[in-house]
Amino acid sequence: MRIAFASGKGGTGKTTLATNMAAVLAAVETGISYIDADVEEPNGQIFLSPVVRDIIDVKVPVPIIDEGRCNLCGICADVCHYNAVAILGKKAMVFDSLCHSCGACFVLCPEKAISERQRSIGTITCGRTGKADFIAGCLSVGEALSPPLIRMVKNMISDERTAIIDAPPGTSCPVVEAVKGCDFVVLVTEPTPFGLNDLELAFGMLEEMHIKCGVVINRSDLGDPSIKKRIEEKGMKILMEIPFCRKTAEAYSNGVLNSRIDPVFADMMKRLYEIIGQEVNHG
Amino acid sequence: MAEIIVASGKGGTGKTSLVGALVRMAKKTTAVDCDVDAANLHLLLSHEIVRSNEFSSSRCAEIVDTDCSGCGLCEELCRFGAIERLYDEESSRENRFVVDPLSCEGCGLCFHVCPDRAITMQPVISGQWFESVTEFGPFLHGRLGIAQANSGKLVTLLRRKAREVAELQKCRTIIIDGPPGIGCPVIASMTGADYLLIVTEPSKSAVHDMERLVMLARQFNMKTGICINKCDFNPTISRNIEAFAFTEGIPILGKLIFDRGFVDAQIAGESYLDRACAENTQAISHIWQEIENSIIDTQQSPTGKFSV
Repeated sequence: MRIAFASGKGGTGKTTLATNMAAVLAAVETGISYIDADVEEPNGQIFLSPVVRDIIDVKVPVPIIDEGRCNLCGICADVCHYNAVAILGKKAMVFDSLCHSCGACFVLCPEKAISERQRSIGTITCGRTGKADFIAGCLSVGEALSPPLIRMVKNMISDERTAIIDAPPGTSCPVVEAVKGCDFVVLVTEPTPFGLNDLELAFGMLEEMHIKCGVVINRSDLGDPSIKKRIEEKGMKILMEIPFCRKTAEAYSNGVLNSRIDPVFADMMKRLYEIIGQEVNHG
Repeated sequence: MAEIIVASGKGGTGKTSLVGALVRMAKKTTAVDCDVDAANLHLLLSHEIVRSNEFSSSRCAEIVDTDCSGCGLCEELCRFGAIERLYDEESSRENRFVVDPLSCEGCGLCFHVCPDRAITMQPVISGQWFESVTEFGPFLHGRLGIAQANSGKLVTLLRRKAREVAELQKCRTIIIDGPPGIGCPVIASMTGADYLLIVTEPSKSAVHDMERLVMLARQFNMKTGICINKCDFNPTISRNIEAFAFTEGIPILGKLIFDRGFVDAQIAGESYLDRACAENTQAISHIWQEIENSIIDTQQSPTGKFSV
């Protein structure tokens, strides 16, 4: 089973819930994996302190042009939808950071003057945290495109395991890539106008993708109490409400797993997992 | 004219609330919401939409089933896994192909290679953008269509329009509410801007994310300042941020204390300055003053921008 934690708005508690749930489940079950798919800003390792087994360099193909063969016909530049190839003067130039690695220029060059080389865009850290597997993608600073890295992170998930996926914020390509193929998405929000606005966008995204989801209202007692009703009116299912707790927030700020110091919170995570299981099977 | 971008790496540190307050401090400015994935600034700035425009920059492959001979070349060559092979029960034809629009990145390789010419590239409306006015000046904001790509292109478009209107309206500054992260939309929001204000908070996650943003700012040679929000929440980490900033040579422009006024203002749809405690009002005023001074520096300096 694959469960993702997403939100629309950043800073609502995705990582807190994902890391704690993975840790709580790993203590009682085998076959749990924590997957950090927020590759622009991966924070899971701060809380789960994994024992690292391997760091994999992630590469994507980008074109290189053999100037000896290139006759400057310009087909590569014409077919490139991302403006990553251009004929400038008497030279075909490649702009690596714009390239989506689609291979169009490589396949379509009539002179066979284009080959591909592998370019590093980030890393995937593999290890263990307690009894759980730990897999985290990290985009190199300066790289623009996170979806290929997220795709590769997700390729490493084995189907027999229960994967807890920490998704990036937002509602566009990186999140779509992170939640694709998930059995359930937990949308973490807070009861504020910003939280509600972004929750609706994220919910719309999941409806479009036909993925089951439910809402956790974090810091449920801070903010506007009428928002809960509005979430329900929009047809979203509220799975759990977690009130603000200064101790939880302090644990978070210090990079401490709250479930290790607060048994009530640990029980909430177990309960949330049970609710998700029911939703996946019957909801 | 100077472009100031407010970013954070980590989400939820208070970017949008602070932008709302800075817009008011600036008195006359052009505001831009570049967090097009999850735009919120319009909820804080009372505005009137003058014009809405469609944004379309992506396209998606479509296979005309009747023209397709089922050779499978498209499926073989597509690197995004966007072509699915279906079994058609009616004709018991095994090689029927369809495009998954959520996976298609619009590269057009399948369109070019298809020997049957059975593939077309269809434009996709990927969002809307709005030209609005507030009492402080022009306001540009956008809304990316649900599950759409190309947020970077929408950001670039919003910033170009913002520069045009700021010029026309004689605004000295453009204040940009940036997206979280360090990827494509952040890079598009930052490229060529004059000043980066990083809003962080004293938590290990926020510090980690801020450090990555500072690395990015260095690659862009951006003049940078830091604001620590909720600084009283974890004084130890707050001091660590100050130490980090000192070694990096980045000024701490202000420290804000944890204040319920942030949430109250949001619920009321008001500027945080209407609800802020006296300490934070003073701190924000100081932050704006410092930014203004830095920008003037930049404009007067014969060598132009200098690094962080």
